[in-house]
Amino acid sequence: MFDNDKMKLLYKRMVVTRQLEYGIREQHKAGKVRGPVHMCVGQEATGVGACACLNDDDWVTSTHRGHAHFVGKGLDLNKMVAEMMGKSTGYCGGKASHMLIASREKGMLGGCGIVCGALGIGVGYGLTFKMDGSDRVALSFLGDGASNEGMFHEALNMAALWKTNNVIFVEHNMYGLTVRADRHLSVENISDRAAAYGIPGVSIDGNDIIAVIEATEEAVARARRGEGPTLIEAKTYRVLGFSTGDKGGYQSQEEIDSWTTPEKDPIIRFAKYLQEKGICTEADIEELNAEAQNDVDKAIQFGLESPYPDSSVLMEGIFA
Amino acid sequence: MSKRFYKDVLREALIEEMERDSNVFLLGEDIEVYGGAFRVTEKLNEMFGSMRVMDTPISEQAQTGIAIGAAIAGKRPVLEMMYMDWIGLTLDQMVNQASLLHYVYDGQVKLPFVMRTQGGARASASAQHSKSLEAWFCHIPGIKVVSPSTPYDAKGLLKAAIRDDNPVLFIEHKLLYGTRGEVPEEEYILPIGKADIKREGSDCTVIATSAMVLEALEAAEELEKEGISIEVVDPRTLVPFDKETVKESIEKTNHAVIVHEAWKTGGFGGEIAAIIAEEMFDSLDAPVIRLGAKDCPIPYSPGLEPLTVPNKDDIIAAVKKSLQ
Repeated sequence: MFDNDKMKLLYKRMVVTRQLEYGIREQHKAGKVRGPVHMCVGQEATGVGACACLNDDDWVTSTHRGHAHFVGKGLDLNKMVAEMMGKSTGYCGGKASHMLIASREKGMLGGCGIVCGALGIGVGYGLTFKMDGSDRVALSFLGDGASNEGMFHEALNMAALWKTNNVIFVEHNMYGLTVRADRHLSVENISDRAAAYGIPGVSIDGNDIIAVIEATEEAVARARRGEGPTLIEAKTYRVLGFSTGDKGGYQSQEEIDSWTTPEKDPIIRFAKYLQEKGICTEADIEELNAEAQNDVDKAIQFGLESPYPDSSVLMEGIFA
Repeated sequence: MSKRFYKDVLREALIEEMERDSNVFLLGEDIEVYGGAFRVTEKLNEMFGSMRVMDTPISEQAQTGIAIGAAIAGKRPVLEMMYMDWIGLTLDQMVNQASLLHYVYDGQVKLPFVMRTQGGARASASAQHSKSLEAWFCHIPGIKVVSPSTPYDAKGLLKAAIRDDNPVLFIEHKLLYGTRGEVPEEEYILPIGKADIKREGSDCTVIATSAMVLEALEAAEELEKEGISIEVVDPRTLVPFDKETVKESIEKTNHAVIVHEAWKTGGFGGEIAAIIAEEMFDSLDAPVIRLGAKDCPIPYSPGLEPLTVPNKDDIIAAVKKSLQ
């Protein structure tokens, strides 16, 4: 596990992620963030915890619901929010949207709006690291829905066959689009599918950041040793629906309530853990909460004040 | 110069580029132990080892994703897609990843990735192994599309494709592997985006792609006997498309016939015809004529398959119609 400063940083990153989602939701209502936005409220422990086990030169492929991954990988909040607003100061100059944020410098390559669309690319990274004799690792985030794609099978088979430097991290948030897992998955535990490829598969409580870190550290160490990929399935819950365009009606209030109790909420749980371990006092937690909110507010202000890209860039960069 | 086979000079191009740059590696079905369905990678595993000449499982979608990922991570992968008909299995990766990541990630990644494939009919390979689907890719911004008709072009353009920092779809033709042509012994590279005049002429421009270039050249021989001189323009690369060479030719001949093996409806010939209509209308003395495959699946029977794609007789008839 990490030292106290890093544990505090992870807590702050989780709060940043949550406050960012609510802040972005407000900006979306105001028309400043546009298009469908996929928020990860309730899933902060997975993205932040898993990315904490990686270095900047370990590469991550994300999903359409990647804000916790971006924050977890240490991306600059101002440039993230600016990208979400389509501004020239964003990570991709406003060309990408919230779904496709990338930062080569931080090893986030990158967001992906097609379900399971980046897994093959992630295995390509892991294969390259292996070919180069490097111990760098590529971690690919997926959702539960992605585990039903043909790419999931093809890519896992090849990663396992060639023992590439990969970790496959499934955030099982109980819904693929609007369809509950028991109506789209043939298995209860997606980790069971690891057996089909002869690789380790593990199911963990995705709302417990300590469990996330422990499982990811083991998988990353295995990949660094050149022993091949691990499939981690972290069970969590998508509190705010599929996207800002989601009209709801398919997640019962009882179900949502059952996942948002203090015993389930990943942020409240981690705050309690930090206090029990003597890493933080209640005052420390409040201070971190305030810092996180301040960072988010500043980033939103930065985004709002930034200019849209100049029209001259429209036809630039189609080819290298 | 010596006469060498199309398939052999493709192999030479791979060897030269792999020797030049250790980041170049090959992956695909049957390419390693077997040496490739069309023998282009024969014994390359013995020269470069199985880490640089990799047999893959029959998983076209993930192969493509892996090639894209490897390109982003610093390699220069050359993926062999054995039949162009299977390219639908790669489409999401080509259309939603390869074509656009350089643009949407604002230049943070490059994709030096070549997909070699082969298309075309007249080999009795039936409906799922005979198609010409280049138009799908010409429609997508961000992918270069190369389609060489001669051994000389094939070698020079494959080397250029491997050195290009963009995704390149490199389309070979199953009937061209066994053709021979003059190829220099010394190294050379051809520019992507430059058409070639395969035969000069003055009466009518025939813009032909891939194996249809050979049909057009045969047509030219026969037409010459009748006193008709056609200029055969081979675009060689469809994206980027060399409008200038086409324009110069049509300004000279004032007539244009376009011939490709892909289906006429929605084929790239329609795009060429539209470019001519938009930008070269004043040079035309007659409507542009397009020849393409009939709009039916490619049938197996030797009694039917030859009827589906254009041949030299169709080209001769089209030229005469244009000149009427």
